[in-house]
Amino acid sequence: MTDDTPKVFQQTPLLKAGTYGFLVLWALIAAFPLVWIFIMSFKLPVDAFAQNPLVVIMGKNTATAADAFSLLDLILVGIFTYYAYKIPRKFYRTTVDYFLPIEHRKLNIFALCFVYGLLVVASFFYLLPFVSQLVNALFDELPLLSLLSKPLIGYTLEHYYAVWVENTFYVQFKNSLTVTFGVVIISLTVGTLAAYALSRTTSSIALWLLVIALIFRALPHSVLVTGYLPFFVDSKEILTPLWNLPLIGSIFSFFAEEPPTLYGQPLAVIAVLVAINQPFTIWMLRSFFMNVPKELDEAARVDGCTHFQAFRKVILPVMWPGLITTGLFSFLLAYNDYLVTSLLLDSQNETMVPAITAYFNRETTATDQVEAIAAATSITAPLFILVMIFQKQIVSGLTQGAVKG
Amino acid sequence: MKQKTFFVFVAPSLLMMLIFIAIPLVSVFIQSFYVTQNVYETVVVETCTPSFPTSICEKTEKTVPLLDENNTPITQTVFVGLDTYRAVLEPEKAVQLIRSGQFFDIFTDIDFYKALRFTLMFTLITLPLVIGVGLLIALTVNNVAQNIKGPVIFISLLPFIITPVIGALSIKWLFIGDGLLTRALESLIGQEIAMFAQGWTIELLMMFYRVWHVAPFAFVIFYAGLQSVNQDTLESAVIDGASRFERVRYVIIPHLMPLIYFIALIHLMDTYRVFEEIIGFSSEAHVISLQWLTFDFLEPDDTGNRAISRASASSMLTMIGIILLLIPVLNRTLRDQKKG
Repeated sequence: MTDDTPKVFQQTPLLKAGTYGFLVLWALIAAFPLVWIFIMSFKLPVDAFAQNPLVVIMGKNTATAADAFSLLDLILVGIFTYYAYKIPRKFYRTTVDYFLPIEHRKLNIFALCFVYGLLVVASFFYLLPFVSQLVNALFDELPLLSLLSKPLIGYTLEHYYAVWVENTFYVQFKNSLTVTFGVVIISLTVGTLAAYALSRTTSSIALWLLVIALIFRALPHSVLVTGYLPFFVDSKEILTPLWNLPLIGSIFSFFAEEPPTLYGQPLAVIAVLVAINQPFTIWMLRSFFMNVPKELDEAARVDGCTHFQAFRKVILPVMWPGLITTGLFSFLLAYNDYLVTSLLLDSQNETMVPAITAYFNRETTATDQVEAIAAATSITAPLFILVMIFQKQIVSGLTQGAVKG
Repeated sequence: MKQKTFFVFVAPSLLMMLIFIAIPLVSVFIQSFYVTQNVYETVVVETCTPSFPTSICEKTEKTVPLLDENNTPITQTVFVGLDTYRAVLEPEKAVQLIRSGQFFDIFTDIDFYKALRFTLMFTLITLPLVIGVGLLIALTVNNVAQNIKGPVIFISLLPFIITPVIGALSIKWLFIGDGLLTRALESLIGQEIAMFAQGWTIELLMMFYRVWHVAPFAFVIFYAGLQSVNQDTLESAVIDGASRFERVRYVIIPHLMPLIYFIALIHLMDTYRVFEEIIGFSSEAHVISLQWLTFDFLEPDDTGNRAISRASASSMLTMIGIILLLIPVLNRTLRDQKKG
């Protein structure tokens, strides 16, 4: 690679070393706490809280008491990951071009990706252990190569088992999914409509709405929850008069026999989080809409579309990147929330993040601590996958709001 | 777009914000002047203990909650004016402390001032740190080869998207009693360290956590801003003999100024809400924040009651604080938007 930067902009070796050194340091600081809890969650407490970091990574006690990976296993996993990543890159185009029917192309591509993902997961959990057992047994017989199949890095899944199966963490996982997807879908639907209107007008009302939204964004969430809580707890009594009204009452009782107690209802929390998220959603989507040229909807209008048709048939199809990005940030807000969900949901509908406090408040034994770590890692895993897939969208979303908006 | 269509489009969002933000705000404001409590009555109870020749009887006065026909306590809501604010701010105690010359004890003895002190200090100290670290990472990433930019951005995003409570926990686990970094520090200094035994070390860790969590956000935005720096201006600065540092100081930073304001605005809003750190580090005994104070009032206490009116008062005070803090930054944003 030739360096084509002008000579004055080239860096002195010292500066270059400093730059790279700083970046390595930053990458270490950024990733270390997360990598470390990931490693700890697979070890027995003796190893997880050992003094020597090498002992933690190798997990000698875990290896003797539970399972261990040999060097061969690691190599096999490496090969598997490499090909699982490379194969779609190489064959994606040809498969799509030659084997998929032209109709419903997008649906077919989605199905293809889904099946591939399923295949990879299945072979990772079922085929790979089988193969590694076979290869390890084979290498054990050979004189010198048996070193490779010696157990090296200890791991145990017992903490994950305790968290997910014994303490039924999947219930909280399901609750988190309900709340998160509810928030994403509703806030995008409501937000796009408003943001589109705000981006296509220059009236002073629109400006004031945006400023008020900005002030609402600054409000601490506890302020709002203080407003909801007394109403949510007593909502049954407060709402009864509405149900007793002659005409409106019969409409309401069509939906629910009697007024609901909103406290503890996932739907109520979804509504609250959507509202809290609304100012941010509007601002971000608006800046995406600003980039869609006005001429596009004018052309649609000339062709006889109403405003809503123009929005649905012309603008929305070009807005997918913006929607995905804003959806991601709504996802993060709902998934990561602690304050609102812990105050407004009862223990039956609790989401994952408030549930984890039960683990670390109870931290009496070392096993409890490692279980808390396993639960924390479980919560982080979906986020990690999200960044892997949507890195570009997250970055563009962050910059869109600031640089252009 | 016509006024009418505009409102049709905006209506759902506006309605959501009205019902779930504006109305709760008004209700919090009203709640803060009222107290709902059980109605008590004083009854004379005669208790007798068997004795000879007659039993000894004792009459005592007891206050018991009044019950209605369903045996649930009757409650009443009373207007108390500024009493709840007084209960939160405790002006008498504060004045007494100042009189006796222990001015700084206000910030350790009274919960509200303790929370206020931490929240403001935390916000104002982390602000320049986040901007500085973010800018430094952006400048260095901008200077390295293309093929390592992607991985660095990926790793940088991890602390940013992590659930705040868990991010705080992951740092806490490194520094607890037998944590890895505590032991490393102990062997470095040669004496026992307990990071979670006193307030200031916890605050230090919290600030570290916050910078770790938010600097990636600043970095990504500054990095995007750096892509549009005018190369001609940079070149002319070089011709005029500007050193590397002077180029950053007089060309790049002025170019990034709007972004710095933007980050400052978002950071002030988010950091003033500091809350998850308190939960993650379990620091309630040493360090508390304004939002945590309200949260604590809202949590049911041992008898299952929630101190709604005191929570409302502390919410109102919290809100006044953020508005005061934001006025200068908001003013500027409004001016920029008007300019177009």
